[in-house]
Amino acid sequence: MYDFEFVKPASLAEAVAAMGRDGAQALSGGMTLLPTMKQRLNQPDSLVSLNGLAELKGVSVAGGVLTIGAATTHATVAREAGAYPALAALAGQIGDPMVRNRGTIGGSLANNDPAACYPSAVLASGATVVTNQREIAADDYFQGLFSTALEEGEIITAVKFPIPDKAAYVKFAQPASRFALTGVFVAKGPAGVRVAVTGASEDGVFRWTEAEEALSANFAPSALDGLTVEADGMIGDLHGTPEYRAHLVKVITKRAVAAAG
Amino acid sequence: MPKDGGIGASTKRREDVRFLTGNGRYTDDINLRGQLHAHFLRSEVAHGRIRGLDTAAAAAMPGVVRIFTGADFAAIGGLPCGWQVTDRFGQPMQEPKHPVLADGKVRHVGDPIAVVVAETLEQARDAAEAIVVDIEELPAVIDMKAALAPDAPKVHEDLTSNLCYDWGFVEENREAVAEAFRKADHVVSLDLVNNRLVANPMEPRVAVGDYDPWNDMSTLYTTSQNPHVIRLLMGAFVLGIPEHRLRVVAPDVGGGFGSKIFHYAEEAFCTFAARALKRPVKWTSTRSEAFITDAHGRDHVTRIELALDKDHNFTALRTETLANMGAYLSTFSSSVPTWLHGTLMAGNYSTPLIYVNVKAVFTNTVPVDAYRGAGRPEATFQLERLIDKAARQLGVDPIELRRKNFIQPDQFPYQTPVAVVYDTGNYQATMDKLLQVADYSGLEARVAEAKKRGKLRGFGIIHYIEACGIAPSNLVGQLGARAGLYESATVRVNATGSISVFTGSHSHGQGHETTFAQVVAEMIGIDAGQVEIVHGDTQNTPMGMGTYGSRSLAVGGSALVKATNKIINKAKKIAAHLLEASEDDIELKDGKFSVAGTDKSVDWAGVTLAAYVPHNYPLESMEPGLEETAFYDPSNFTYPSGAYGCEVEVDPDTGKVEVVSFAAADDFGNIVNPMIVEGQVHGGLAQGIGQALLENCVYDENGQLLSGSFMDYAMPRADDVPFYRVDHSCNTPCTHNPLGVKGCGEAGAIGSPPAVVNAVIDALHRGGYTHVSHIDMPVSPARVWAAMHTK
Repeated sequence: MYDFEFVKPASLAEAVAAMGRDGAQALSGGMTLLPTMKQRLNQPDSLVSLNGLAELKGVSVAGGVLTIGAATTHATVAREAGAYPALAALAGQIGDPMVRNRGTIGGSLANNDPAACYPSAVLASGATVVTNQREIAADDYFQGLFSTALEEGEIITAVKFPIPDKAAYVKFAQPASRFALTGVFVAKGPAGVRVAVTGASEDGVFRWTEAEEALSANFAPSALDGLTVEADGMIGDLHGTPEYRAHLVKVITKRAVAAAG
Repeated sequence: MPKDGGIGASTKRREDVRFLTGNGRYTDDINLRGQLHAHFLRSEVAHGRIRGLDTAAAAAMPGVVRIFTGADFAAIGGLPCGWQVTDRFGQPMQEPKHPVLADGKVRHVGDPIAVVVAETLEQARDAAEAIVVDIEELPAVIDMKAALAPDAPKVHEDLTSNLCYDWGFVEENREAVAEAFRKADHVVSLDLVNNRLVANPMEPRVAVGDYDPWNDMSTLYTTSQNPHVIRLLMGAFVLGIPEHRLRVVAPDVGGGFGSKIFHYAEEAFCTFAARALKRPVKWTSTRSEAFITDAHGRDHVTRIELALDKDHNFTALRTETLANMGAYLSTFSSSVPTWLHGTLMAGNYSTPLIYVNVKAVFTNTVPVDAYRGAGRPEATFQLERLIDKAARQLGVDPIELRRKNFIQPDQFPYQTPVAVVYDTGNYQATMDKLLQVADYSGLEARVAEAKKRGKLRGFGIIHYIEACGIAPSNLVGQLGARAGLYESATVRVNATGSISVFTGSHSHGQGHETTFAQVVAEMIGIDAGQVEIVHGDTQNTPMGMGTYGSRSLAVGGSALVKATNKIINKAKKIAAHLLEASEDDIELKDGKFSVAGTDKSVDWAGVTLAAYVPHNYPLESMEPGLEETAFYDPSNFTYPSGAYGCEVEVDPDTGKVEVVSFAAADDFGNIVNPMIVEGQVHGGLAQGIGQALLENCVYDENGQLLSGSFMDYAMPRADDVPFYRVDHSCNTPCTHNPLGVKGCGEAGAIGSPPAVVNAVIDALHRGGYTHVSHIDMPVSPARVWAAMHTK
């Protein structure tokens, strides 16, 4: 690890100010950032820790919306997001206990790993990503592999999830990392059904709109029978071909629908 | 019931107290005064010529003490290979030099180019980034078949090709085997890959070199399975330091699985640099470094064929294997695909004619060497997969086909056509036991129940044999080994009766400190707590060859028995003197010497005290003291065997395989500590299931390691394996070692991969996917799904 300055702001305002300096990098749980720094693949001049900011932490429910502070750990979400059981279950399946007790929802979304779990929940739920500057709709937030709508220095403060009527997340784990080889989050709300797929596409998390239409008409696994997913654009690697992933998208979506009930 | 702490007792492992409380003393725990840190600058390309190496700027950086390059080692020997294989034509294998640091060329990703030694590790790493290396990248050879093409780039330009050797065994049988195939009523063949693995012990490798100039004494602390072997190889062949000026210490070692047998460049480097700088030099491997520097395992590509007569008797077996050596010959690499593999191709069967051909190939990859089982898993996998395929092809029961061709219980000792003589075994008995333990009679009901849940359930069975307790030195010498394979023990009885045992074996997870003490305690009849086992330091243990090949109890334990018998014989003489009786009348029972037929006795401590305070002692005829050393060289290998049954469920939608139950019936001969033996089997099974379902070391065509971290290299985890059902009641004791033991460390890893794959194929056939005859390991979800849908 290269030398860096560690900044521990006492407030969001201080954090925003610290992020304005050249070479500043926000640090949340550090589950991705710290390993890359240890391997000397990343060399920030300063790390601005968001972990001590109470205003970025906690889970609350109001008016059918579940709000999670950006610096809330996966373990806390798993424990306290009972108002949105599918989301709590998703959080409880991320990584291992050490990761769940350090990693945060804000960190995961800012990183936007193409095989991470949270992006599928945010996209399928039609959630809103709240930052220190604005509110970003999920459909506008995710912009491809490790790429988001966040501007330089912009900090996620919370995520607002409208709680759907029915929802489920099913992850088919990559055998080594246990990230999603393919993960599907299905949510059925007043505005219809949304299906978000992670782990499968070269462009990161995406909505499977044909499935959404079919499921909006008939929320049952069999509604997907006639659909196919194109292998083109799916990830091919040691753990599966694009064809296999395309196949899994349908299988796992059916399972998510069945689990959502 | 066995005596608590004696042979046969499931005594809890005494070493676990320090291991489980975090109080082990591993090599990385050793930090010496004035210690420097070494960081290796390693090649990022698989094959290249070093055109320039500029260390000037790096050498001027803070904390840098010295930068070493290949030039510093020009006058030093290379890392030696410990086994010279002779090829089919009577010629020695091609043996390239393996320099400590690259000598102008790099031959795999991870090959060391330079080493920065600095006051701190971070300073060393900073400076390494300032070294300017100009490498002309050369085309890499990764695929073995491509490496053997006439125009393939050569890994070593001074060799005639990338072929290390073309080995035939038994070469004289080649034509007779071909003839048997021509006459066969049935021929079954199978092409398969034994996947390349990374050992990944929990503790990565570490080396700390130290030098005391005032006594001209070098010390190397290292993560080794065999410190004496390292001292011999490094001292005699690499650095030219005589044994009395070189001490090698392997303290607590956190797993090896073979990968810590070998002598590595980092060990020689730290020893060399400590001498050069007159300060201790430490190197600790990162996990990333381990992936590209620890010797890998397996990596065979094989075609195997079986000839059968009309009654389904095996009449001949033939295999052709390409075995990957990697870029250099690691210490025992050459022996693994040959003598540790070809000699096991008879399996448990009375096949009269066998021919094994192995071509060992150099590629631009990390060296490949012994990994838990070493050659024997590769043999077992081929054979047991092929027999399963044969049963399916012939429409017969795979269990009955095996039973029919088994070497029968009355045929021992059995001379196989591949040189070795099996002393004991009863394969029908272990097969019977396995079917019982696995609840084979309930299989069909379980298959039907799984089907209701949409799962394809199947059962795979195998029977394995392995050759352990390596090995008779005169035999392995004839086969090309450049070392003996005896073992040693010194039993030092202290004045008050406690005992210190110094063994040449090394424990890195096996529990020797417990089991070896059980043996001595049983023989003398004292409490095991009175016996300590000392291992791992060349300065206080007799020359021994270390621990691998399931040899410690069979060979090291036998040396221990011999030394303890010498102690008992001398102690009886002392007791006879003290009791004024004839030595022939002295009996030793429960730690007490008594005169037969009388009530006269003296206890153990009375005798040991007399030995060291010899006031009343036959000094004219016997030396005082009570300390004996013995060396034991086995007369044969030992032959553990067993039947394994694996039950899997395949999810037809995703191809995911779940091992739902696993049963094992092993014949390990006599057992000293049943709990430890069961634990060894559990660990081996997990490792074998890992190979079968998860683990895969993969290079791309340029020689970059794609599975270079745990993000892509899948190690088995607790929820990947079932609760095991293990039985050790069918024991035919080894006939040629004093304990009647055979060894148990590798069996699980040898027998489980074919059991898992056989079970997957069975499940697919039961589910109607009868076109699938084989799936290469790891049998991953993607591969199973692809096999199901590819005709």
